[in-house]
Amino acid sequence: MRRAGILPTLLLLAGFALLYLPIVALVVYSFNDGRLVSVWSGWSLRWYRALWDNRQMLDSAAVTLKAGFVSATLALVAGTLAAIVLARAGRFAGRSGFAGLVYLPLVMPEIVLGLSLLLLFVELDLDRGFATLVLGHAGFSAAFVAVVVHSRLVAVDRSIEEAAMDLGAPPLKTFLWITAPMIAPSMVAAWLLAFTLSLDDLVIASFVTGPGATTLPMRVYSQVRLGVTPEINAISTLFVAAVALVILTASLVNKGLIPGRSNGDSA
Amino acid sequence: MTFLSLRNVAKSFGGVTAVDGVSLDIERGEIFALLGPSGCGKTTLLRLVAGFEQPDAGAIRLDGQDIAPLPPYRRPVNMMFQSYALFPHMTVAGNIAFGLKQDRLPAGEIGARVAEVLKLVRLEGLEARKPHQLSGGQRQRVALARALAKRPKLVLLDEPLAALDRKLREETQFELLAIHRRLSLTFVIVTHDQEEAMTLAQRMAVMDRGRVAQVGAPRDVYEHPASRFVAGFIGTANLFEGTVAGQDNGLVRVQSPAAGCAVAVRHAGTLSAGTAACVAVRPEKLRLGDAGCDNGFAATVEEVAFRGEATLCRARLATGHALTLSLPNRARAGGDAPRAGAAVRIGFAADDAVLLTS
Repeated sequence: MRRAGILPTLLLLAGFALLYLPIVALVVYSFNDGRLVSVWSGWSLRWYRALWDNRQMLDSAAVTLKAGFVSATLALVAGTLAAIVLARAGRFAGRSGFAGLVYLPLVMPEIVLGLSLLLLFVELDLDRGFATLVLGHAGFSAAFVAVVVHSRLVAVDRSIEEAAMDLGAPPLKTFLWITAPMIAPSMVAAWLLAFTLSLDDLVIASFVTGPGATTLPMRVYSQVRLGVTPEINAISTLFVAAVALVILTASLVNKGLIPGRSNGDSA
Repeated sequence: MTFLSLRNVAKSFGGVTAVDGVSLDIERGEIFALLGPSGCGKTTLLRLVAGFEQPDAGAIRLDGQDIAPLPPYRRPVNMMFQSYALFPHMTVAGNIAFGLKQDRLPAGEIGARVAEVLKLVRLEGLEARKPHQLSGGQRQRVALARALAKRPKLVLLDEPLAALDRKLREETQFELLAIHRRLSLTFVIVTHDQEEAMTLAQRMAVMDRGRVAQVGAPRDVYEHPASRFVAGFIGTANLFEGTVAGQDNGLVRVQSPAAGCAVAVRHAGTLSAGTAACVAVRPEKLRLGDAGCDNGFAATVEEVAFRGEATLCRARLATGHALTLSLPNRARAGGDAPRAGAAVRIGFAADDAVLLTS
């Protein structure tokens, strides 16, 4: 490897500092003993304890985790199906139109997406709550799932699937026994990505959810408007930790460092 | 009766014709090679037989049964893929057993069959390995074993030896012949390598731009090429283009500007004078010295290349036409090869040349 000069290294450090110093400060101050967010007065876990006693906060955390779980699973199914069609169905009328529609949520402003979903649910006369929250999240995460799974699927040698069919396996069996194990790491990564997207989302959730299903980001946001307490720092730290853990797992699975069942790349 | 019969099979992809009205008859138990340059349609033809492509027109019958409407997983045909297409997440045994499991054979039977084909391809002891833990030659054997395990009526092999290095390829050719003899299955092999086709096949079809240019035993195709394309694709040919000048006693004289004189060639049919024709001679049929030959030319040796079993010579005639000679190295001292720059006489017998009109 070539040694980088001093200037690029400095620029890199400056970039990282800009991105991550605020988060480091947030994490450090979550262990602050004092009531004020910006004055340090010793280490303590008191705000984590306070969080544990905050019923509303815990309820919201449960809603968020459940919504993330269900919506990621739905998104995985829908996104994988879309990826299969895009990677395997060959040319068909409207293919580029279909691809455009699948990938559109990636670039569409969340606020537009949220508003359009709200209008749709009102029009359909659906009561907004957990179900609409899950649908909203599944819809836009499916696009991300499709991207991740599709990129893996096009890298799989087509003749491996043909070999399975040649040996007597009908298409569905070929998918379940041959294709799915080969793309499994990308499916795990895609699920985790969809899960974090749902966990993080504030904009869409605030449009599509109802009073019974307030997500954690919404709860935090509404509390912050009343003033920042170190409790917010504590919950944010937990959030950062959770998301980082999930993303790390996803990238390790995708690289094959964690056995997600296959060694697809090495054949 | 014909085992595999193709009748006027045609296939095009988005307006580009890949297979253009091919008819072939392949007999039970033979090794048949489809040979041609890349893009000649040989692989498409194989994929049509395997069922991965549907023909636009024509019929494909296997053992009397029309298989064109059957999907690949219902055809009694197994294919060995050029990329081997092994299942990366399964062991060697799992790969070979996959097809047998699709037939719902009892576990004991599957185990016995897997052991049997592993023995056949000499891979005993590697059952538990994954494909990425095998060498290229071992993967090739697993792919072959997998294609043989179901005892298909017909085995299709797509460039089966292309990925092996030369030495291994030659060994494997003879093993493939031995396996074929033991199992008495029908093999159809696609290859772009004429030596491979000639070594393995009892008969071969030379393909050119989606059509069959010639079908026959390797020796027939080599010694009696039907066209300039076949003569040039199978081996090397020295061509003398010209026009028919006359014919007597089964000898045709072709007046060739390239040779600077009339060239005599044995030919059974009758041709009217003035017909455009071409005389083709293989490099090993040309001799140094023209004593007793029907045709003789003065030439200058330009290049000499030692190739082990033979020495290749490039010689130029007074007309500027270049000839390639292959001279066997019978003596170790190498006294029979000329030097570059030497003036020589080159000759060949009328019986050793072929007259081509297409």
